[in-house]
Amino acid sequence: MSVNLDQALQTYIAEARELLQDMEDALLRLENEPGDADTVGAIFRAAHTIKGSAGLFGLDAIVKFTHVVEDVLDRVRDGKVAIEADLIAVLLESSDHMLELINVVAAQGRQLDTVAQARESALCNRLQAYRAETKPVAMEALVSVEEDVPLTVCNKDGVSSDNWHISLRFGQNVLRDGMDPLSFLRYLGKLGKIVSLTTLPDAMPEAGKMDAETCYLGFEIDFKSDADKAAIANVFEFVREESLIHILPPHSKISDYLELIRALPESEIRVGEILVATGALTQQELADGLNTQKAGAQVAGNSMPLGKILVDQGSVGQEVVEAALVKQAQARDSKNKESKYIRVQADRLDELINLVGELVIAGAGANMLAQRAKSVALQESTSEISRLVEEIRDSALNLRMVQIGETFNRFQRVVRDVSRDLGKDIALHISGAETELDKTVVEKIGDPLMHLVRNAMDHGIENSVLRAQRGKPEKGTLRLNAYHESGSIVIEVSDDGGGLNRERILAKAVEKGIVAPNQNLSEQEIFRLIFEAGFSTADTVSNISGRGVGMDVVRRNIEALRGTIDIESKHTEGTTIRIRLPLTLAIIDGFLVGVGKSSFVIPLDMVLECTEMSEQDREALAERNYVNLRNEVLPFIRLRDLFDISGNAPRRENIVVVQYAGLKAGLVVDGLLGEFQTVIKPLGGIFEHLKGISGSTILGSGEVALILDVPTLVQRAVAEEDRQHAAA
Amino acid sequence: MPIRARNKKGLSMLKIDGDMTIYTAAALKDELMKHIVKPCEREIDLSEVSEMDSAGMQLLILAKREALRNNTVLRLVNHSRAVLDVMDICNMAAYFGDPIWESELGKK
Repeated sequence: MSVNLDQALQTYIAEARELLQDMEDALLRLENEPGDADTVGAIFRAAHTIKGSAGLFGLDAIVKFTHVVEDVLDRVRDGKVAIEADLIAVLLESSDHMLELINVVAAQGRQLDTVAQARESALCNRLQAYRAETKPVAMEALVSVEEDVPLTVCNKDGVSSDNWHISLRFGQNVLRDGMDPLSFLRYLGKLGKIVSLTTLPDAMPEAGKMDAETCYLGFEIDFKSDADKAAIANVFEFVREESLIHILPPHSKISDYLELIRALPESEIRVGEILVATGALTQQELADGLNTQKAGAQVAGNSMPLGKILVDQGSVGQEVVEAALVKQAQARDSKNKESKYIRVQADRLDELINLVGELVIAGAGANMLAQRAKSVALQESTSEISRLVEEIRDSALNLRMVQIGETFNRFQRVVRDVSRDLGKDIALHISGAETELDKTVVEKIGDPLMHLVRNAMDHGIENSVLRAQRGKPEKGTLRLNAYHESGSIVIEVSDDGGGLNRERILAKAVEKGIVAPNQNLSEQEIFRLIFEAGFSTADTVSNISGRGVGMDVVRRNIEALRGTIDIESKHTEGTTIRIRLPLTLAIIDGFLVGVGKSSFVIPLDMVLECTEMSEQDREALAERNYVNLRNEVLPFIRLRDLFDISGNAPRRENIVVVQYAGLKAGLVVDGLLGEFQTVIKPLGGIFEHLKGISGSTILGSGEVALILDVPTLVQRAVAEEDRQHAAA
Repeated sequence: MPIRARNKKGLSMLKIDGDMTIYTAAALKDELMKHIVKPCEREIDLSEVSEMDSAGMQLLILAKREALRNNTVLRLVNHSRAVLDVMDICNMAAYFGDPIWESELGKK
């Protein structure tokens, strides 16, 4: 298509990928409920649309393969082919192959490599078994009104021309809708040979009334091709609704041509002339036909509307007309649904978020100046502005929020395939699919989850014999769950398998030299060892997992997202791996605290309360680093000591109580400076290994404040306390 | 201005520069109409047309039809590759009746 090809192609690629995902989901659904006609329809439409649009872009490789798939699906839809496991397997592989075609042929403009080509021909062979010897005709009913059914008016034999005749009158809006009639003609040329073509600009009004963006063109085409009618009709799939399209097969009956002449907007004489000129009809055939028609009209006594004539003649059944109407209504519905969404490029959204971030910083600056100026009116207006900025920030961030369900659903396929490979019967249960999180986080969570899921299936869930011995149902269960918890999203991967074996992990760790033999480790710490590099307790290495790469990669990926992992496991009962991730990577609500001349930001979601450090506690500082908070032991860390900040502590110090993953700790600071909207700026590479700091931000005054990495600090405080406890 | 106009001894010479596509069609039509409002012998140079689609084709047809209505001569000259392609697909050679591009087409 000459109109902005690149952009249109990108849209096609994105849509095709989505359609393939839908197709895969639907196939998996079909495996459980083989009788669902809606699902079959959805799969067919996905393949059909991919093929149709591929044709528009001249991506022949995609058209060729998808056509075979579509053929099979069509037969499935008609109930001619039964749905069974092998069929679904081959269709799933076909959808994988189509994805590869999209990625290679459409996205990179290259040819498939030999491996992929071999796979394609193998798939084609397998699909062939489900194809009929004769071409299916079911879809024609939706596209055309000129069926090859016996006609009552005219029993004369077909015309001599052995070409197809195609009459096109494009809808007025096709150009505005971004489609160029010429590209359809170009594509038609790929299906066969355009023997003759006449362009009809007759519909174009006089210059004053002519709208340059309206399409007035019509074409009369004689076309030589071995393609079937459905294939030809499909070329015009995208303009079908608003355009006038008539396709007459070779040797059509004269009466069909007469109908065509009547149906076209131009005068009968003009159309008749064109048909003769292009060679579709001979002069004699036209004259004979017109005579017969006159005779027929006299018998009938009057002329009737075309639709009625068509029905009366038996050339098109009433149900066909109805089906066409229903189909149109459906197409309109789906269009309405589409219009609720708008595709935006991700980097534009990022730019918006960045700008909002700058706005937040600038707003904070204005706020501070207003306070300094001590003008009440100014303060009022800046506080109104900051309220609005906050709202903008929230809705801008919301734009990037997506539901995790889509990511989860991908695992249906993974679980299905892997459980087959392993010979285990495993069901996947998904919950919390509607939980939302930042798109960038979603993109990065896929791989770690994949590792965890595969691992759970391979090592976690036992084989059926062992499960029977342990009195568990034979079918293993894997659960993916997600929920929100205090500013984080929690993703759980749990299985009802064998659980982690503490002793074995510990023994293995000692053997690998990861821990010293006499080291005293808590249960959590032992479980955590499985995330160490080069650690695998599986006795056998499979191609699924067990090579000891992976789990440490999972941990590193999660940590890169400022997330944490914890493990809950009971031997013989199962394991739950819980990933906690921040909701967003860009802006947080922070709590600003001061130590000496430095400022620090604590993510507000993690702050539980603030309390003053009592004189008594200060005196005991030397010997213990915990306080008694309402009869609870609260370990704490003095930021002054931790970051080695110069200057003496002021007379009054405060404790900020923070919580993470169920653990509480106190952070001792000099002053509490209040809430602060924090735009997270990443730290440079050299600070990457700095513990306790997760990022930086710019204050309204232009000063830099460091953002505290609360999870690390909490763990450190708790660990310190444990150690002292153990020593005591 | 995508259209440059010159007058040479009663012969109006227009040259269209850039794309003749749906994106430019509306503006191009207004401009074109201004230039062809006066009936006289006219020549449109298409050598600088870089891209053309159905909307562009329609404009040429419109110009030709106006000329036929006024019984004046309209010649399309120096067809660019983009224009020839479209002419070829639409089979509009005979309609415009400009001789040069028969030979041009032969080269294809």
